[in-house]
Amino acid sequence: MSTSLPPRSLGVGRVLIAVYAILALAATARSVVQIIEDFDAAPVAYALSALSGVVYIVATVALVRPGLVWYRIAWATISFELLGVLVVGTLSIFDQELFPSDSVWSFYGSGYLFIPLVLPVLGMIWLYGRRPAVTTDQVVAPA
Amino acid sequence: MIEVFTWIQVAVAVSAGMLCLVLGFAGKTPADLTLGSLALVELLLVVQLVVAILAPAFGNVATGSVLEFYTYLISALLIPPAAMVWALVERSRWSTVILGVAALSIAVMVYRMQQIWLYQVA
Repeated sequence: MSTSLPPRSLGVGRVLIAVYAILALAATARSVVQIIEDFDAAPVAYALSALSGVVYIVATVALVRPGLVWYRIAWATISFELLGVLVVGTLSIFDQELFPSDSVWSFYGSGYLFIPLVLPVLGMIWLYGRRPAVTTDQVVAPA
Repeated sequence: MIEVFTWIQVAVAVSAGMLCLVLGFAGKTPADLTLGSLALVELLLVVQLVVAILAPAFGNVATGSVLEFYTYLISALLIPPAAMVWALVERSRWSTVILGVAALSIAVMVYRMQQIWLYQVA
């Protein structure tokens, strides 16, 4: 495991991680409610909601943990989220039966103030700025 | 759920959120004022929990999903303490911003809880 990665859990990155944690909590909790109460109404959408909740949790952990492996997991989960919100967001417009408006990614995350759409992009920009090859020094400004 | 109290709660959470965001982006580390504002937000959530438990006994029943309501409420109760612990562990201005983000998300969640209690048809 490389120790030359700039730390990802300092400075403004803390805010990103905090927002991820809240979104992970919200998405997971809500999908549990949806699955318990109303799974038959939209099994595809609610199963995807649960999956997205789990992925948000993994992404949150990956952002906090140091090391190259977690860095790659962070990229994978955040890419998955961006793909998810774009695909499901588009599908929800054209096929409302499959994706009712109350899943996390429906209508590009409009039920969550579009945070699911914006957050992966911010996460990618931030991860790119922390990529291993750039520098071995800490580039995070003291807060 | 008491509608007036809920609106006060949303207003307090929004105010605390804006206060912490402004002070955080101005470079202030977490202080008594910002931590205290989150403590107030948490206190009101505890009051809301008590109100929600007692209200049905007085004929004030949720129109929507009780399970969804309590999922929001329990989730909301966890957020301010987590943000405050974070602020105490890392005393940077970004922790103040996080306090603000936490308070604003409470405002959104309480608003959703109000919709569930008053308007959502189960």
